Amino acid sequence: MSDSSGQGRLTVLKTYKLYVAGKFPRSESGRVYEVTDAKGRWRANAPLSSRKDARDAVVAARKAVGGWSGATAYNRGQVLYRVAEMLEGRADQFVREVADAEGLSKPKAAAVVEAAIDRWVWYAGWTDKIAQVTGGANPVAGPYFNHSAPEPTGVVAVLAPQDSSLLGLVSVVAPVVATGNTAVVVASEDRPLPALSLGEVLATSDVPGGVVNVLSGRTAEIAAPLAAHQDVNGIDLTGADAALARDLEIAAADNLKRVLRPAAGAPDWTADPGTRRMTSFLETKTVWHPTGALGVAGSSY
Amino acid sequence: MSTSTPPPLADVAASDGTLRRFLHGLPGVDPVGLEARAAALGTRSIKTTAKAYAIDLAISMIDLTTLEGADTPGKVRSLAAKALRPEPSDRATPATAAVCVYPDMAATARAALGDSGVKVASVATAFPAGRAALDVKLADVRSAVAAGADEIDMVIDRGAFLAGDYLKVYEEIRAVRAECDGQARLKVIFETGELSTYDNIRRASWLGMIAGADFIKTSTGKVGTNATPANTLLMLEAVRDFRAATGVQIGVKPAGGIRTTKDAIKYLVLVNETAGPDWLDNHWFRFGASSLLNDLLMQRQKLRTGRYSGPDYVTVD
Repeated sequence: MSDSSGQGRLTVLKTYKLYVAGKFPRSESGRVYEVTDAKGRWRANAPLSSRKDARDAVVAARKAVGGWSGATAYNRGQVLYRVAEMLEGRADQFVREVADAEGLSKPKAAAVVEAAIDRWVWYAGWTDKIAQVTGGANPVAGPYFNHSAPEPTGVVAVLAPQDSSLLGLVSVVAPVVATGNTAVVVASEDRPLPALSLGEVLATSDVPGGVVNVLSGRTAEIAAPLAAHQDVNGIDLTGADAALARDLEIAAADNLKRVLRPAAGAPDWTADPGTRRMTSFLETKTVWHPTGALGVAGSSY
Repeated sequence: MSTSTPPPLADVAASDGTLRRFLHGLPGVDPVGLEARAAALGTRSIKTTAKAYAIDLAISMIDLTTLEGADTPGKVRSLAAKALRPEPSDRATPATAAVCVYPDMAATARAALGDSGVKVASVATAFPAGRAALDVKLADVRSAVAAGADEIDMVIDRGAFLAGDYLKVYEEIRAVRAECDGQARLKVIFETGELSTYDNIRRASWLGMIAGADFIKTSTGKVGTNATPANTLLMLEAVRDFRAATGVQIGVKPAGGIRTTKDAIKYLVLVNETAGPDWLDNHWFRFGASSLLNDLLMQRQKLRTGRYSGPDYVTVD
């Protein structure tokens, strides 16, 4: 937001908005809160989401499940790769936002943004490979084929990490959508701007509306209705502190949500993520099918 | 269900000329003001206990409707079961007002609903287009009444109405009314989406009421524009003014396109603010809807448990 375009010009300030159902609404409540950089200077006003915003986001995410989980894994990979392409094109903006939010120098912030882009590419590549790794043909004691096939869980609420505003965010959102789930993401409470900008990137990269929904605001306020919501199938508690995570897990038990607990200690987001986050929101379907030709002379049926 | 035309307006339909003069003498509608009024009333915030009351009232006002070519007796029976007990896990949930079906399904609905108090409503008169000879339409009505329908939803002849042949429309409504008199209440559908102007909707409303409708209803649900807050507000004003003029109370039924609890509550606000609390009863106000019920049930669950519900917790119709 520096005034580099000559003296006397008023810079155009950006209104950060939520990203829900492929659109950019303000909070239903009309509330905003001040977002400051690492040194406490005002940077922007972000929407302060209410539980109704959370509800609307879940409705949007539910609507998107059919199309996204039904898309071919190859197609999902292409779409996610496109996100990386768009991120690359707007890298400068993200470097600025990450540097502000996390108090990093420009080069360090640039490294974070590059790592985030690489992470999208990494997960984009996984979309059509995770089924081979986690599924397979099982040997059974009978004349049957027995296949395990991983399927997406459905709508997943994701509490993004509080510290790592972009790399951490990408590291928790990408695995959820790569496997065919749709996500309602609660951005980092004090550092929401990269997440809200990511919504703009997603909107321009062929990701169908509703597949990723981004909310900003008080994590505890938005997470509580999401954890209790009967139409949410899984919740990633990464961005919750220990006490909140405990409460949310209790609320989530009511409809048997899949819960991914926060890792103990500060996670290193630059490390190789492995497949754990992808498999956390997959369910394994087992298919039995008789072998051989039924009823053919000589068959054992 | 009085059998004669309300006295104060008895002479209006004496001839085509008097009817036309009366209907064209009605005050013109200010469309901007009407829509602004409807939108303004839609912004009321209805919360907590008032919301709970509104949800239960709305459920009790639903004409649970299935009007598809693919309707089967099984589907009608399951719809009837849902009308009787919308929420099996909570018996405090009220039943809906009626089940609305095609005439050939009226007997099935009747058998399923029995004497539960939930009414059988049947569309008739060559629904939804209304393009058939009068004797065919009357036979349609007769078969529905014979099959046990408590309420007949007829469509007016929009072609005749738009051509200015008001007396023909009037006499058709009278004939249908005679066919169901004493046994069934008559709802008259104007298909507001095809009437082009608010002035026409006002004229149709008065025409229907003078002809002896028990209910005036916005639309069939089969065209692009169905019930809107504005056209429903206009019809509510008509029934209010008609009662002031004649002492006869007429019901209103918006149908089609009302899918969410929020929408339904907006309509209830319109009813209360326009016609008045006398109409806040399923004898005088109905919603023609099918998917609305599930949304009301989900909101009801939310109020009861404090948790947002989802489509997995209501039936798939």
